[in-house]
Amino acid sequence: MLWQVLEGLSRDSAKRLRFVPGVVYADEGAACGQSPEDRAETVAEAKLVLQSVGFPWHIVALEEVFSLPPSVLRCSAREPVGTEGAYKAAVDSFLQQQHALGEGQQSLPCPPRPPIRAGPPTAGQTEALSTLFSSVETLTAKEELLQTLRTHLILHVARTHGYSKVMMGDSCTRLAIKLMTSLALGRGAFLAWDTGFSDERHGDVVVVRPMREHTLKEVAFYNRLFAVPSVFTPAVDTKAPEKASIHRLMEAFILRLQAQFPSTVSTVYRTSEKLVKAPRDGCAAGTPGPRCLLCMCVLDVDTADSATAFGAQTSSQLPQTQPPVAQAEAPVSCCCTRMGGARHCCRTEEDPRARVIEQLCYGCRVNMKDLPSLDPLPPYILAEAQLRSQRAEAEQIQEYLLEDREDEDARPGES
Amino acid sequence: MPAPQCASCRKARAALRRPRSGQALCGTCFCAAFEAEVLHTVVAGRLLPPGAVVAVGASGGKDSTVLAHVLRELAPRLAISLHLVAVDEGIGGYRDAALAAVRRQAARWELPLTVVAYAELFGGWTMDAVARSTAGSGRSRSCCTFCGVLRRRALEEGARRVGATHVVTGHNADDMAETVLMNFLRGDAGRLARGGGLGSPGEGGALPRCRPLQLASQKEVVLYAHFRRLDYFSEECVYAPEAFRGHARELLKLLEAARPSAVLDLVHSAERLALAPAARPPPPGACSRCGALASRALCQACALLDGLNRGRPRLAIGKGRRGLDEEGSPREPQPSGPPASEPIPGF
Repeated sequence: MLWQVLEGLSRDSAKRLRFVPGVVYADEGAACGQSPEDRAETVAEAKLVLQSVGFPWHIVALEEVFSLPPSVLRCSAREPVGTEGAYKAAVDSFLQQQHALGEGQQSLPCPPRPPIRAGPPTAGQTEALSTLFSSVETLTAKEELLQTLRTHLILHVARTHGYSKVMMGDSCTRLAIKLMTSLALGRGAFLAWDTGFSDERHGDVVVVRPMREHTLKEVAFYNRLFAVPSVFTPAVDTKAPEKASIHRLMEAFILRLQAQFPSTVSTVYRTSEKLVKAPRDGCAAGTPGPRCLLCMCVLDVDTADSATAFGAQTSSQLPQTQPPVAQAEAPVSCCCTRMGGARHCCRTEEDPRARVIEQLCYGCRVNMKDLPSLDPLPPYILAEAQLRSQRAEAEQIQEYLLEDREDEDARPGES
Repeated sequence: MPAPQCASCRKARAALRRPRSGQALCGTCFCAAFEAEVLHTVVAGRLLPPGAVVAVGASGGKDSTVLAHVLRELAPRLAISLHLVAVDEGIGGYRDAALAAVRRQAARWELPLTVVAYAELFGGWTMDAVARSTAGSGRSRSCCTFCGVLRRRALEEGARRVGATHVVTGHNADDMAETVLMNFLRGDAGRLARGGGLGSPGEGGALPRCRPLQLASQKEVVLYAHFRRLDYFSEECVYAPEAFRGHARELLKLLEAARPSAVLDLVHSAERLALAPAARPPPPGACSRCGALASRALCQACALLDGLNRGRPRLAIGKGRRGLDEEGSPREPQPSGPPASEPIPGF
């Protein structure tokens, strides 16, 4: 993808791309259990590639999630989307800017700040990260957590440096696998965001996937024919057995099926094009509900109207309480999935874990089940969870405060 | 290590652990819990109103056997009356044995039984004849497509004959999960848009259909049949290995091994799929030949039979669709023929 962008920006391409790119490389060696020497080697290789490309580049280590601010999890307001006219005007002003900066420049204008060169991550952070990842029980949950943290990190980098869009290099094959995996993880409601072309759930930063029409094979051929340098680093699931995680299973299954029915990947891809970013008919339209803490999609866990609310005794049960003696399991699950009334019952447990869990969407909740304790999570997640639940409490109290008009101000929220 | 106590009645020793929640229960409590859950499904979804005459699609397999048994237990509470409808597809060596099981059940439970045969309804075509007819086309046989469509029609016909107001089938949660996977793998946006609910209300003259066992996992169905000592027929249809559903089933087994809640997660996802309005199927009209529910001029059953009669069995399969024609797997989802009675799951 980087190479394509490079070509697109070069002076002799027919349709020149009109944006100012930067490159982010996220070093995940600590999560994958790589030794420091291997990591340094990989980072050095990556640096070579990035320097040869010529764009402003940033290398961030995954450990920096421990120093992220909670604002990463908030959806900021976006600049209003313009119409066709506005687009042309924007392109024109951009071109004028380019002219103003001087002709004959092959390289692009520098960003306002120099590329961030944070020092190598501290040993404490590295250890915290490896504690976090080793406390996760299943590979599936590990991969999901890694993805979430990586997204947050890249988002943060983009926001800090004023980038409005993040381009990901997911190919058609990868997206088809991702679609099926998300289905199996319970994220059916968010498929359009996870695998669509543009993903605006973070508000001001839009994630786009320009490579989604190219299959992996095409990408491999391109890289080979044009001698595109690439760096290999082991991932969390390298050398894991096939049945270790849902991601691996799906990947193996789809590739196997593709060998037998050659149109499998393109079929799944085309189906993903038909998905829209809307709640299903029948769900409450109108004001969008609260958003998931981790993936920032509108929460899809609703009332006992859904089949799974009834059957899902496990995912909505508080971890400490025993399942009730009653034969019908309905009372327990309804209690926790209903908004509003449920808050009180959860609060009486005074369980910080339950408070975090109830702010997550269904898919994230199932993942959190594989995390026995929430403490190793990076502080920004826990801080934001705390903030949101406090805000929710304050909102609840607000109803009662309005009734006594005499002393309506300065009454502290009681829990 | 002795088994723990039953978590529910705390008196007997636990005899099993529920697959989903890991709760230890004794046999009676488990059966009671299972029945309570089915009751809740029916009542909460208002699937079977009081006074309904319910035709139970019975194939002799575990799902329909359990369904019939549970509904029979709940019938007084729900104020419904039951009829068993069995479909004879004419698959030699398989269906005869299954039908014998159904007859035994009907006799034991004293429920009226009606058997409808393909040969009688569809001009002499039995599944074996269909299989022979489609075998020569070089690609793998698509006889499961025919079977599914025709069985749906036959079930409807049988239900009408007994004067039923509702049709129930024994699809369980695993079937729903497999269907979603299959529809995605084959790009069947129409069925994806239609599926996910608890059944179809019945449009344009078709009887309302529902699946009371939809929230029960397959393992629990088998456990229930075991504890109630139900007699069912458990062999696979002879044509089953050729169905595309087999791939989805294999995938589901693997997923369940990696993550036990995978089935539930898939059902959750399926309920919340949001498809573009353009992808949804057009509202159905009536077939010009037989008057049944159809999205095109001819209903699928008539179209398929037409193809068979003309000696071009693949006429109605994969024809006139946009491009994509996978090797050997036609556009309709193919229910394979495991013992559960399964008309096409996509409603």
